Amino acid sequence: MNDGFQPLVAGSATGPAAVLTEPLSLWGGLDPDTGTVIDAHHPQRGSVIAGSVLVMPFGRGSSSSASTLLEAVRLRTHPTAIVLAEPDDILVLGAIVAKALYSITVPVVVLPRSAYDLIHTSDELVIAADRLAISRAGRGVVSLRARNRDAGLTA
Amino acid sequence: MELTAEETDVLGGAHGAAAKFAMEIVTNYGRAMGASRLMEITRAHIDSCLFHGQSGLDFAERLLYGGAQVRVPTTLNVGAVDLLHPELNRSDPASIESGRRLMSAYQSMGCRPTWTCAPYQLKDRPVFGEQIAWAESNAIVFVNSVLGARTDRYGDFIDICAAITGKVPEHGLHISENRRGEIVFDVSGLPASLSTSELLWPLLGLVVGRLTGNRIPVIVGAANNPDEDALKAFGAAAASSGAVALFHVVGVTPEAQTLDQALQGTRARETILITASMLREAQSELTSSQTGRLVAVSVGTPHFSLQEFERLIALIDGKRRDADVDFYVSAARETILQVEERGWNRLLDDFGIDLVADTCTYLKPILRRTDGLVMTNSAKWAYYAPGNLGYDVVFATLDDCVASAVAGRVVLDTAYE
Repeated sequence: MNDGFQPLVAGSATGPAAVLTEPLSLWGGLDPDTGTVIDAHHPQRGSVIAGSVLVMPFGRGSSSSASTLLEAVRLRTHPTAIVLAEPDDILVLGAIVAKALYSITVPVVVLPRSAYDLIHTSDELVIAADRLAISRAGRGVVSLRARNRDAGLTA
Repeated sequence: MELTAEETDVLGGAHGAAAKFAMEIVTNYGRAMGASRLMEITRAHIDSCLFHGQSGLDFAERLLYGGAQVRVPTTLNVGAVDLLHPELNRSDPASIESGRRLMSAYQSMGCRPTWTCAPYQLKDRPVFGEQIAWAESNAIVFVNSVLGARTDRYGDFIDICAAITGKVPEHGLHISENRRGEIVFDVSGLPASLSTSELLWPLLGLVVGRLTGNRIPVIVGAANNPDEDALKAFGAAAASSGAVALFHVVGVTPEAQTLDQALQGTRARETILITASMLREAQSELTSSQTGRLVAVSVGTPHFSLQEFERLIALIDGKRRDADVDFYVSAARETILQVEERGWNRLLDDFGIDLVADTCTYLKPILRRTDGLVMTNSAKWAYYAPGNLGYDVVFATLDDCVASAVAGRVVLDTAYE
């Protein structure tokens, strides 16, 4: 059994968790000028994810969400990392291009559901290439290792 | 990931800075998807040419100034600007300029200036079994399902990188076993008023998209064989309400001669019976408001086909729209040329139609009047326009759209109620 985390885009990042209880389409759902959730139907509408670790179960909607993530990176309103419970190719692509174009790494990682469900908004997340730690009020909640597979990026 | 000697050379910069940049994105994407190697493609269709922000231009110009040229025949999706009818663009001048600059960058990389979201309606289109890299959700679902060519669900950035390298990761819908139907929708129980209505396919698309998510749906029990226009409307709706990239219609689409073939010999895990009330609910959902004046009709999302123009020409014969109801038809420039060759543009003119090329009326401000209801026969337009541009929409058949434009108010044929 291997219940480590899966780095889709590897890298280091820290930040407070911004947990979205429903998936958000970044295109039409995130204002890249401010890094704020603007989807009128989303329960966390108004939440600021700039500078936070974006935590949501999975991605949703248009492939243009990759463009929105890239635009947020250009404007420096992007989340420092993205934590998911299921892989998402669109967000991965946005992060890969952000690294290639602007040399800014937004790690995208997939957590096993058991660990994902432990994260609360404002928990402190520390993500490195091979480790991920969640702490709350200075006390560790859980620490995971990266799964042993070829997911590191060379760019 | 295992790379060939040539791929390794490209990654090392032997084919220039842009090819290296594109190959890095393709290989990193492939690794994240868990692919173990790349594969060749023979065509690409690019959606990245639609302007979303300065970063899209940064990306395109990085490729362009790095010497990027596409390696396979590549078509372009709609851009942000109607280049043929500049007077129709109502965005602010800076956005129009950026939109135009982005379109020009992609054309300079060797892509064909087709500017259409329906590249499967072009004369030169993919054939069964061809491995391609297409972006634009409605184009992906049509080319996979109806033509039987093979593309994964590509989007911004990866589309042009695939065109420049001629490669994609070997994964997803490129592989036969991943094209197996997973959930069956049975439409045999619908009343004739619905099963033979032209609204059946767009409404069914909306319902199926929502229930199937990112699985592969199989439709059984259709009363009539849908034509390409009906399948286009179905796929566009299903790819709007869900992440559908491939569907099968038993007895109609090429990988579904039988239900068994569509399921590749497996058993369906789930079968859903489609009811009239599901479709009626979808229909009322697509109409965002019923009060107010009718100010415009917009059809051609995805772009109008030549066959749809033929139907429209018959419907408008000898009539003229009300002076206060604008009528827009969005289409590819290649299709508009065919319309002109047939002399139909004069008939469209006489009725009072504005042809929109190169872009689409739900993406950018084109409509002159938005201070009332806009009518459409497109489920995709009705799904996105209220959120994108704040329009109030009435969804109806093409016949009703024409009748309403003539009457100057919403007229609904009740036959399908």
